[in-house]
Amino acid sequence: MMSGIKWRAALAVAICLGALFFLTPTLVADLPTFWNDHLPTDKIHLGLDLQGGMHLVLEVDTDKAVDGTLLRTAGDLKETLMSKRVRFRQTQAAKTGLITYELPDGASRTAFEKVLKDNYPDIEVAVSEAREGREVVSLKINDKRSGEIRKLAVEQSLETIRNRVDQFGISEPEIIPQGDDRIIIQLPGIKDTQRAKNLIGRTALLEFKLVNEEYSVDEALRGNVPEGSMILHESRLDRESGRRIDTPILLKSATLMTGESLESAKVQISDRFGEPHVAIKFNAQGAKEFERITGANVKRRLAIVLDGVVHSAPVIQERIGGGNAQITGAFTMDEARDLAIVLRAGALPAPVKILEERTVGPSLGQDSIDQGMWSILVGGILVIIFMMIYYRWAGVAADFAVILNIIIILGALAAFRATLTLPGIAGIVLVIGMAVDANVLILERVREELRSGKTPRAAIEAGYGKAFLTILDSNVTTLIAALFLFGFGTGPIKGFAVTLSIGIVVSMFTAIFVTRIIFDYFVWNRKIQTVSV
Amino acid sequence: MEWIKPNINFDFVGKMKPAFVLSIALIVISIASIVWHGGLNFGIDFAGGTLIQIKFQEEPSPDRIRSAFRAIGLTDSVIQKIGENEVVVRTAATQSDMGGLSDRIAESLASIQGKDTFEIRRVEVVGPKVGKDLTKKAILALVFSWIGMLIYIAWRFELLYAVGGILALVHDTVISIGALSLLDKEFTLTIVAALLTIVGYSINDTIVVFDRIRENARKNLKQPLREVINTSINETLSRTILTSFTVILVLLTLFFLGGAVIHDFAFVLLVGIAIGTYSSIFIASPIVLLFEEFKPTRSRGKSR
Repeated sequence: MMSGIKWRAALAVAICLGALFFLTPTLVADLPTFWNDHLPTDKIHLGLDLQGGMHLVLEVDTDKAVDGTLLRTAGDLKETLMSKRVRFRQTQAAKTGLITYELPDGASRTAFEKVLKDNYPDIEVAVSEAREGREVVSLKINDKRSGEIRKLAVEQSLETIRNRVDQFGISEPEIIPQGDDRIIIQLPGIKDTQRAKNLIGRTALLEFKLVNEEYSVDEALRGNVPEGSMILHESRLDRESGRRIDTPILLKSATLMTGESLESAKVQISDRFGEPHVAIKFNAQGAKEFERITGANVKRRLAIVLDGVVHSAPVIQERIGGGNAQITGAFTMDEARDLAIVLRAGALPAPVKILEERTVGPSLGQDSIDQGMWSILVGGILVIIFMMIYYRWAGVAADFAVILNIIIILGALAAFRATLTLPGIAGIVLVIGMAVDANVLILERVREELRSGKTPRAAIEAGYGKAFLTILDSNVTTLIAALFLFGFGTGPIKGFAVTLSIGIVVSMFTAIFVTRIIFDYFVWNRKIQTVSV
Repeated sequence: MEWIKPNINFDFVGKMKPAFVLSIALIVISIASIVWHGGLNFGIDFAGGTLIQIKFQEEPSPDRIRSAFRAIGLTDSVIQKIGENEVVVRTAATQSDMGGLSDRIAESLASIQGKDTFEIRRVEVVGPKVGKDLTKKAILALVFSWIGMLIYIAWRFELLYAVGGILALVHDTVISIGALSLLDKEFTLTIVAALLTIVGYSINDTIVVFDRIRENARKNLKQPLREVINTSINETLSRTILTSFTVILVLLTLFFLGGAVIHDFAFVLLVGIAIGTYSSIFIASPIVLLFEEFKPTRSRGKSR
C-alpha cells in the first residue's frame, strides 16, 4: 500500500510541477536565456477586456462582389454581342444582381442565347418575358459561381486586412473568419481606434478616370448626365479656412486603370508646402498601360479616384513613362501613411461594414485585473478558513486541494494558450467555491461512515468509494452546461466557459485523487486511530 | 463543526404543497414583472446600440453628457453612474453601420465638456444584426443545455428523474430572470453565462440528491418512495447547505469586489444558486414522487 501512495504522490507532485513549469513565464519577469531558447515562454494570454484593445466584427458585402463581377461580365458581353452583330439594348435592371437586355425579335434572342451558352458559362437567364413583341431577358450569375465569388471575396478581404494590420504594426492581432461573410478582428493594446478602423474598413479602390470636359458640370447636376459619364466629388482642403470643400466633377464612367497594377506606394514630402503625398509606382505591365493612357490623352484631365472620391484631377502634360505617379490631396502625415498602407495591401474585393465594436481602454483593463485578483484572493481565503474551521485537519487537506486547483487551472491556461478574460477570472472564483464541493461530498460521506461505527480506514475507503459516482455524475452535468456556454459564447464568455470547464475537471482530480493521498498517508503510514473530520 | 445534525429528519416531502405554491407564486411574479416592464431590459448585446463608459476628472453633469449625445442625434441616452466620477451611457441602435459613432461621441463630448477632462474607458457598439444573432444563439444554448442534461440524467438515472430535474432547472432559470426583471437590471451576454452556470450548478445539486435516492432505494426495497426521498434529502442536506454556502461566500466577494462589469453577473448567480438549492430540495425530488404516484409500476433506481 505504501508504494501505491508513493506512486500517486509522485504523480500529483509531477502534475503540480508541470503546472508551475508552464506558469513560470507568467510569474517570472526575467527568464534566463536557456529558458527563452528551449522552453515555453508563453504567458497566460489575457483577453482584450483585461489588456485593453479593440474587437471588431466586420461583414463583407458579398452581394457587391457578385454585382461587380456581373457588371464586368456585362461590359465584356456587350462587346461580344456587338462583334457578333446581335441586336440588343441594355435596360435598367429591375433589382440588383440582375442585368436586363431587350431583344427585338426571336432570332436575336436565339443568337443572344447562343453567345451566352458558348462564351459565358457563369451566367444564366434569371427571368425572361415577352413585352410588346420584344423579348426582355434578365441575366444573373449562376448560384455556383456566385457562391465561389462570395467565398473568394471573404478570403481576399481577410488576406488584405491581415496585410494592412501587419503593416500598421500591431502586435499579436487576431483576424479570423466567422460564419459565411464575417470577419472578427482583435487588436490588443490599440490606442488610436479611429485610425485603425479607417485603415481596416476602407475599400481602397483606386481608379483612374478621364474628366468629361466636353460637357458642363452644372448641366449634369441639373439631371442631364450624359451617357457613359458620372458625377463624383472632389474633396479638397481649403488652406485658409481649414475646411474640406467638395466640388462636383463630371467624369467618364469607364475606368482606365485600377490600383491592382500597383507595385509600391510610399509617403513622400513634397517640396512646395512640405506636405506629404503618396508616391505610387506601377508594375511593368501597369507602367506600359499608364504610358499608353497618358500618351493617348495628353492635355486632358485624368482623375485619381479613391473609393468614389476624386483626390485630384491634373492635366496630363505629356506621355508619362516609368510608371510613377503621385496622389496629392492635403493629407496629414498619418493619413498619407495609412493611404500608402492600404494601397500596398490592395483593395478589398467588396465593401465591409462594421457590425460590432468593443473597445476597452488599458486603464479599465488594469482595474479589472486588480479587482479580479483581489476577488480570487479574498474568496479563496474565506473558503480556506471556512473549510479549516468546519472540517479541521480534513479541511486542511481540502484546502490544499483548492490551492493546487488554482495553480493547475492557471498552468493549464498557459499550456493550452487559452485566453483569460474577466468573466474567466469570475469563473476561477466560482470554481474555488465549487471545488470544495467534491471534498464536502467525500467528507460528509466519511463522517456518515464513521458514525455507523467503521474504523477510520474503512470509513475513508467507503467515503471515497461511495462519493465517487456522485461526484462524477454531478460534475458531468455542470460540464455539459459549460460546454454549451463555450459553443454559444463570444470572447469574454468563452473565457468563462474555459476556466469553468478546466476547473471542474481539475477539482475532481484534486478532490478524489490528491486528498486521498493525504488521508491514506496518515491512516496507513502514521497509523492514526481517529480521523479529524 | 456540524451545522446540520446527523439525525435530522425534516419532512421535506410533506412540505411539497406549500413549496409548490411558493414556486408557482415566484414564477407568476417573475412573468408578471417581465410583462409589466414590457419585456426584458435587453442590453446592447441583444438589442443593439452603443455603450460608452467614461471616467471624468470631476463629478460629471448628466445634463452636459446628455446634450453632448443629443448634439450628434442620439436622443434617448440612458446615463448610469457606476463609480466615482464614472458613468456608463447607453443609446439605442440607430444606424446600420456603427463604425464612426463612438468617435463622434468622443468629439462631441470634448467640445462640450472640454478636452482631456475625461477618459473613454470602454466602447461597445453592437449592430442590430449581431444582436439578433446573439439572441438566437443565447436561447439555443440555454434550451440545448436543458436537453443535454435531460439526456444525461435519463441515461444515468431514469427519464422521470430527468424530467424532474429539468423542470427544476426551468423553474430556477425563470425565477432568476424574474429577479433581474424585478430590479430592472440589464439582460446581457454575461447574464446568459450566469444563467447557464446556474443550470449547471442547480442540476449538480439535484443529482447529488437523486444519487442518494437511487442508493437508498436499492438498499431498502420495501420502503415507500416517499420515505426514501425524504431520507435521502435529509442525508444529503448537510452537503447541500455547505456547498451552497461556500459558493455563496465566493459570489459575495465577486459581488462586492469584482467591479462593475461582474456586479450583475454575481447578482444573478447569487439569486440562481439560492433558488437552485431550494429547488433541488423542495422541487426536483417531489416532482419525481408526483410522477411516480401517477405511474403505479414502481421501477425506481434503475441499475447502472
